[in-house]
Amino acid sequence: MAGMLIYGLINSIIFALITIGFTLTFGISGIANFAHGAFYVAGAYISWHLLNSLGFPYPLAIAISVLVTGFFGAILYRFVLFRVRGVILSEVIATFGLGIGFLELFRCLGLTGYDYKLPKFVDGSLELLGVYVDYQRLIIIVLGAVLLLFLWFFTHHTKTGLAFRAIAQDEHTALNFGVESDRTAMLSLGMGGALAAIAAIAIMPLSLIAVEEGHHILILALAVGIVGGMESTMGVIVASLIFGLSQIIVATYLSPNYTMIVMLAAIILILLIRPSGLFGKFKELEERI
Amino acid sequence: MKDDSFLKITGLSKSFGGVEALSNVSFDLKQGESLGIIGPNGSGKTTLVNLITGFVKPDSGKVFFRGKEITGKRPYTIANLGIARTFQMAKAFHHLPAFKNIIIPLRSPRVKTFRGAQYGERDDIAIDLLEEVGFERDSAVPLKTAKSLPHGYLKRLELARCMALRADVIILDELFSGMSMSEVASTLPIIEKLKEEGKTVVMIEHRLRELFRVVNCLIVLNFGQKIAEGSPAEVMGSEAVKAAYLGSEE
Amino acid sequence: MAKIRREKKDSNGKYRKERLDRGIKARSDTIFALTSYREALYLVVPRAVTIIGLLILPLVLDIWWTKVMIMACVIAILALSWDFIASAGMLSLGQALFFGAGGYLAGVLNYYWGLSPLYTIPIATIAGATVCTLLFLPVLRLRGIYFAMVTFAMPLILVRIIEATRIWGGIEGLSALTPLPNLWVSAYLVIAAVFACLFGFRRLMDSDYGLVLRGMMDNDQAVMAGGINIYWYKAQTLFIGSAAGAFIGAFMTHYYRIVGTSAFSIDYSILPVACTVVGGPGNFAGAMFGAFILVPLCEYLRAIGSWRIVLYSFLMVIFVVAVPEGIFNYLERKYHQFEHWVKTG
Repeated sequence: MAGMLIYGLINSIIFALITIGFTLTFGISGIANFAHGAFYVAGAYISWHLLNSLGFPYPLAIAISVLVTGFFGAILYRFVLFRVRGVILSEVIATFGLGIGFLELFRCLGLTGYDYKLPKFVDGSLELLGVYVDYQRLIIIVLGAVLLLFLWFFTHHTKTGLAFRAIAQDEHTALNFGVESDRTAMLSLGMGGALAAIAAIAIMPLSLIAVEEGHHILILALAVGIVGGMESTMGVIVASLIFGLSQIIVATYLSPNYTMIVMLAAIILILLIRPSGLFGKFKELEERI
Repeated sequence: MKDDSFLKITGLSKSFGGVEALSNVSFDLKQGESLGIIGPNGSGKTTLVNLITGFVKPDSGKVFFRGKEITGKRPYTIANLGIARTFQMAKAFHHLPAFKNIIIPLRSPRVKTFRGAQYGERDDIAIDLLEEVGFERDSAVPLKTAKSLPHGYLKRLELARCMALRADVIILDELFSGMSMSEVASTLPIIEKLKEEGKTVVMIEHRLRELFRVVNCLIVLNFGQKIAEGSPAEVMGSEAVKAAYLGSEE
Repeated sequence: MAKIRREKKDSNGKYRKERLDRGIKARSDTIFALTSYREALYLVVPRAVTIIGLLILPLVLDIWWTKVMIMACVIAILALSWDFIASAGMLSLGQALFFGAGGYLAGVLNYYWGLSPLYTIPIATIAGATVCTLLFLPVLRLRGIYFAMVTFAMPLILVRIIEATRIWGGIEGLSALTPLPNLWVSAYLVIAAVFACLFGFRRLMDSDYGLVLRGMMDNDQAVMAGGINIYWYKAQTLFIGSAAGAFIGAFMTHYYRIVGTSAFSIDYSILPVACTVVGGPGNFAGAMFGAFILVPLCEYLRAIGSWRIVLYSFLMVIFVVAVPEGIFNYLERKYHQFEHWVKTG
């Protein structure tokens, strides 16, 4: 029982880590970044190369890959999305196409097989309430909590963060007050990319780096976002807890095979009851009905 | 069916994220009457229209039409019952030619029962309607795409779309704003004619002189609250209105 | 619309080159005023070439290229279905769901109940479209971006469910299904379907019904103010669009004689979008045009393996950013214009 709770919590934090970058970007710029999965894999792939091909020390490799992935996010906005801003159809197709294009590119560059594995930060494990938990998973818990706190602090107490929130609430009014919407959107994509990379580097040591992870992560992020409500941090946390715990429960009592069914059922259920998600507060969504 | 209360709202309230846009507004309108709603900007006039026509759901309060409650019904349901509206910011179908804009309401279930308007025939009805609101029939204007029309035409396109629905209640949300004097002068008789046909007209307007030619009762809103109601002469004489509305604007 | 292009000078004076629209369009884009057979031919020829050309293709191509042509038609139908749904303002990233729903339904009906393709294909078309429409009914109330997200996630989740629970044959899928009589039947069946979709959708969009759909894409609030139930119209559009996708899924099940999780693969979602974007969205001919360029290209480049996906993904992005009108619309615009020199001085 304790084990289920602890692993459920770890699972939930993993969900939250995966999703937070996606929802941050969406909440601020209104861009659904379908290249999120590609950023995620890119983060891990780059740090693997820095580590193994170039022989960088692990902490440096991590820092560089996070920065580079964030930079990719900003580039994606500046050179692609900037030109099609406001045309949702084009925005979606552009991120969707680039996401799949880059994932497949990684495959072509040889990202298959068992060689691609990031090392754990610290080896070993710890006994917690009678359950063995390895340090990597503990780090994930701490990292998840720190990131969520950081994001909360960032959006409530820093100038850039406040600008983010201003743009998210009303772009035109924010423009009048001198917030640059394009710069903010670019930053939001950059941060979304960096967060994806951080999540990848923390989570990937538990499994292999694979192209499929990119698609898988995007589905999970979408599912959490849809159920929780796209631009609400609270929604991400609650939906992550729901998915994280219910998956462990289903896997323990029924079979691990049914975990995806839980996800599908949750999505369909939430769409029927509250289409904008548990904590979705998009005025347009409901009031335009 | 109690016909004496034709369009009746009771205690309508709505707040947006803590800001009370409308609080506890009521009125009762008989068939064929016409009502003017005035108030400073941000006083909740458009919210009131959105609440009546179903575009926004009220927090509390009820809307009755022909004695039946229509609160919270979908906008198209309300339109089909016979309450048509224009939008303050003209919402045209920018990629369609002007006359095709009118075909869309002509396809609504309500209009279909009025006339067996079939494919092809609708084009003619649409062009007739546009002529009524002052689009020159034999010119290229009705055929131009809506995005190429000047603002005054777009507002009249809104009116024509409203008329196409053959509604019993017509709600005009600042129809005259952005129109030139001559456009206003030529549009006013159309509204007067609608009134003569027995339509109930609700007008939100800043141009009071034109408004008073149409309406026989008036409501003044300020900060979401109804501060005066009565005939135009009564209302404009009231001290509260002078202080809140005219005083603050001039 | 006259447009100055370039100027030249000679002994007689200055000239400039002017580009004009042919004066055969009257009143609107779909009503023509023709004054001669030549002008009639000018409109008929491109359509006739498409129809006759496609009908002749299976007769002149070898078996391998006929199969490529069938594949092009399949993707064309998915692209047409995408374009149709998009023309009502719904952005589908999950054409694979429609395809897979039709495919699996046909497969299950044939595998477990032994129904012949004559029954499985129509049943799968209608049932598949019904299932897809019901599944997305709640999403129709939300903005387009939500529709995109849910349609993207749905087929990928279904694949994982099928793989994990081993229903309907699991990863191996259902095999040894009843084949279609022969390649000719297959070829002409898809050609007929492509024509039905292409001309059917074009006709529908030109009618007053299509006008409502175009209005919804422009401004759904104004459509509602016009007394029209936009959700009902969107559901109908989705049904028609997903029926086309389900039909072609069911067809492919019998054509390949196997249906597996690959029916939900991301290829069937991305390739139709790529075709439509490259060909030119909005008028259906572009979507079909795109399919007949990209699919043969992909088959030709089969040797380079998964680089193909990289290629058409990036091609799609380049087109959507740099050439949003697409190849077909560009060519059409040129076709409807002519150039001549006018004397200026």
